[in-house]
Amino acid sequence: MAAQGAIASRGGLRSALPLLAPAYLWLTVAIFLPLSAMVFFSFMTELPLSGKPWAFTLGNYAAFFSQGLYLTLLLASLRLGLEVTLWCILIGYPAAYVLAKVLKGRSREAIFLLVILPFWSNGLVRIFSWAMVLREGGILDTALNAVLPFKINIDLMYSYPAVIIGLVHSYVPYMVLTCYLTLQAIDDSLIEAGRSLGASRLQVLKRVIIPLSMPGLVAGAALIFVPVVGSFMEPRILGGRTGTFYGTVIEDQFVAVFNWPLGAALSFILLAVVLVILALAAPVLRRAA
Amino acid sequence: MAGVQVSNVSRSFGAHKALDDVSIDFADGGFYALLGPSGSGKTTLLRQIAGFDFPDSGRISIGGESVERVPVEKRRIGMVFQNYALFPNMSVADNVAFGLSVRGEAKAVIATEVQRALDLVQLGKLGGRRPHQLSGGQRQRVALARAIVTKPRVLLLDEPLGALDKALRVDMQIELKRIQREIGITTIFVTHDQEEALTMSDRIGILRDGRLVQEGPPEEIYDRPKSEFAATFLGDANIFRGDTTGNGIRLPDGTAIAAGAGAKLAAGAKASCAVRPERIRIATDAGAPDTANANMLKGQVSKRIFAGNNSTYFVERAGQTLKVIVQNTGADRLAEGQDVVLRWSPESTVLIAAG
Ligand SMILES: Nc1ncnc2c1ncn2[C@@H]1O[C@H](COP(=O)(O)OP(=O)(O)O)[C@@H](O)[C@H]1O
Ligand SMILES: [Mg+2]
Repeated sequence: MAAQGAIASRGGLRSALPLLAPAYLWLTVAIFLPLSAMVFFSFMTELPLSGKPWAFTLGNYAAFFSQGLYLTLLLASLRLGLEVTLWCILIGYPAAYVLAKVLKGRSREAIFLLVILPFWSNGLVRIFSWAMVLREGGILDTALNAVLPFKINIDLMYSYPAVIIGLVHSYVPYMVLTCYLTLQAIDDSLIEAGRSLGASRLQVLKRVIIPLSMPGLVAGAALIFVPVVGSFMEPRILGGRTGTFYGTVIEDQFVAVFNWPLGAALSFILLAVVLVILALAAPVLRRAA
Repeated sequence: MAGVQVSNVSRSFGAHKALDDVSIDFADGGFYALLGPSGSGKTTLLRQIAGFDFPDSGRISIGGESVERVPVEKRRIGMVFQNYALFPNMSVADNVAFGLSVRGEAKAVIATEVQRALDLVQLGKLGGRRPHQLSGGQRQRVALARAIVTKPRVLLLDEPLGALDKALRVDMQIELKRIQREIGITTIFVTHDQEEALTMSDRIGILRDGRLVQEGPPEEIYDRPKSEFAATFLGDANIFRGDTTGNGIRLPDGTAIAAGAGAKLAAGAKASCAVRPERIRIATDAGAPDTANANMLKGQVSKRIFAGNNSTYFVERAGQTLKVIVQNTGADRLAEGQDVVLRWSPESTVLIAAG
């Protein structure tokens, strides 16, 4: 069986080569080369393009370990990634469940469109819309004060919750989509079989549906966690002074301070940490799935 | 254990009546087959009893109490699905243990009960496998073990053998019947296979377009079908249509066909007569008058199909093709093209009102 599969895939690979070649060529040019250049930069004292004399150094990596600030920010970013991922699961999974198992036909298409909509809007527009909603005297503040009999002050702008809200809004569609795909593949008769055996809806959810949709949850979590840990746009615009995270510091090195070597080194440290986390999580998640 | 009463149950999907005023009394401990063509409402009826779907009107009770407000998980039913519906994320043993485990039984109790159920379906050694490592017949047995291990009051089976090949299906029919007898559980078995319904059940209900056409013991439905549909759906039948003469009919060409004593319909109306192919005797000449087999028709053999223990003759007569089944006694066989005389008794003839 396995041997047969190997032979089939080797034959398949040779005939698939012409199809794969353009993609790999593109990946090489567009990602691998710049990435190699970045690895190279991260070991330099100065950017060679700047005209100043330069030398090889480990100092950029050492900076991460010598200054506690970077580690603190990295931990804050990891926590941000974790929180955003959890919120995306809490919001996205039920939405995906309703889409896959409750709604049918037209209403499913309509709701699906609403879920995908943030995907299609420009990221900056999305973030600045939230700024209008969340600030003092903004839409949320005005609306709540119009309804509630007592006066409250809602000013979420430039706060940690604002960053969370903006990021969750941007990334929740990933969770909805990946979970929707796995949930839709679960046969309804499995749910009915569980119920007929005496399990409540909640027990069926816990013992059958969630284990079977684990691959979707894991894929969604990975798709969200990794970019959120390195995110800088939402923290900067919605977080203001509280929005300093690992990603914003990296961005600073590239666009403000022009210390590309340090920015590159910090990026690769982040990449390494994320890969280690994913590698550690993999066996646990595989067992759960 | 408990019987199930379905009283005047109707269920529509949009304008389509999937169930139309169906009433059936499923006896405690009985094996009942729901038979009908695809789309006749069999699954819909089963789902009302299970509680996956709810009737627009009518009542369902299990063990004498109405289950109108009882959710699926409280109805204490066992269900076997056509596609088995085994949980792919669990081992065979965990699948079978599921019902006991959600009920919070002790681990030791679960282990013994699961083993007993797996032994009952002769899969005692396969508890550690995953469903995808089993054959179709084995999956079917696991589904059955899982459904009965919780000691449900009623066992509902939706075309459970439909996906199996013929030989395996016959094995499973015998097996299923043995298990049902052993635990004496009220069983409602949905099938579109008439042979399966005849051989397995104590009672059969025939559904058509959401209506219960006829119900009763297999012998009764086979011998005294009340409609052309029942006659042709359960077994084979030759149908003659004509005008009633009271206890028989007159065919358009004037030939009279007499039905058994007790058959009575107002003379003059349209009606039909049904005769089973194996009740007709076939001969090459009329011979002496035969008062016992008073019905007589002449025809010509157009085709013969030899099936080992019997032969089926197709006989052309006045534009109609009749079927006659003759046991293989080693006597002379009739050739195609041969003129023949068909005879059968009024007692073998069922008079059916038109409509
Ligand atoms: N959920 C549903 N929505 C719409 N129509 C349905 C639904 N369930 C069943 N039907 C219709 O009801 C009729 C009976 O279906 P079913 O009970 O599944 O038939 P059977 O099991 O006898 O093949 C069919 O015409 C089917 O299309
Ligand atoms: Mg069906």
